[in-house]
Amino acid sequence: MDKNSKNRKFHFRRRCIQAVSALLYNANLPGFADGSIYKGRSKGVCVPGLNCYSCPGAIASCPLGALQNALSNLPNKLPLYIIGFLLLAGVGLGRVVCGFLCPFGLLQELMYKIPTPKVRKSIWTRRLSWLKYVVLAVFVAILPIWYAFAQGMPVPAFCKYICPAGTLEGGFFLLGMREEYRALAGVLFHWKAVLCAAILVCCIFIYRGFCRFICPLGAIYSFFSRIALLAVRVDKKLCNGCGLCVKACPMDIRQVGDHECIHCGHCAASCPKNAIYFGKERKSDYENKEKSISK
Amino acid sequence: MTKIKAVRIALAGAGLFALTAGILQGGYQDTLMKAVRICMECIGIG
Repeated sequence: MDKNSKNRKFHFRRRCIQAVSALLYNANLPGFADGSIYKGRSKGVCVPGLNCYSCPGAIASCPLGALQNALSNLPNKLPLYIIGFLLLAGVGLGRVVCGFLCPFGLLQELMYKIPTPKVRKSIWTRRLSWLKYVVLAVFVAILPIWYAFAQGMPVPAFCKYICPAGTLEGGFFLLGMREEYRALAGVLFHWKAVLCAAILVCCIFIYRGFCRFICPLGAIYSFFSRIALLAVRVDKKLCNGCGLCVKACPMDIRQVGDHECIHCGHCAASCPKNAIYFGKERKSDYENKEKSISK
Repeated sequence: MTKIKAVRIALAGAGLFALTAGILQGGYQDTLMKAVRICMECIGIG
């Protein structure tokens, strides 16, 4: 099989996995018809990607929402359950979750397919990519913990003030179907609706703008980029350091597989040496990584 | 065993331990209780 058809097959498989995971996360199809949410026991388990548990279709929990609510139980209870889940997902998959298993990532990629002039990555987008760590620290950790300690009330600040997935999957559906919720919509809902619309419009012009600049779940998984079991990797024996992979990547990476890499495999097509592969690390790459860590 | 592999195994072990301890502590029930009710904050009216 030649290189191009191999890459096309990889991207087709990735798109299928994205679509299937979006469907599996939201398999409660009757919920979309009657505006109710699923109440089964699987809701106690988290999915790895960003998917609002108040979406009528959701059959499991969002790890970010669960994390903020668990932090709201401090100091009475440590958030061990969700930290354990995030550690296992991070070690096993890392940001492969962003590239393969996130419905909101899929939506952004589809928005970006709308033919318009595009904003290219630059030093400014690279700088802006650090914003997601600020969002993670302030909205996912500090504010929920502060509210828990100072006021004794649970406030999932990221869900409440920012999360466009919650507005899109939960807010628009439920408010559209249920009169009683429509009557309650105030300033906060309008703020979230405008923010969600702005993010989606940005994603037409900027590749995965939300993932790159805002998503705190991507920020959490990025901490595992060097140790995750599954990843896009470079065979150092074959690599000639031409840098075409970094140029071809639509994310703000400095090298393939770093904390900004979502392991989508766009780079593989650009590699003249066929040095980029997806999967577990080959033995020779272990040795190279060990050397770079010990330096 | 390489350092990367050792860190990976240590973190996976810590993750399993935390997950199990979290379930015993009631973390699963807490998550379930929150998720089966409509989250007013998430949909923008809380």
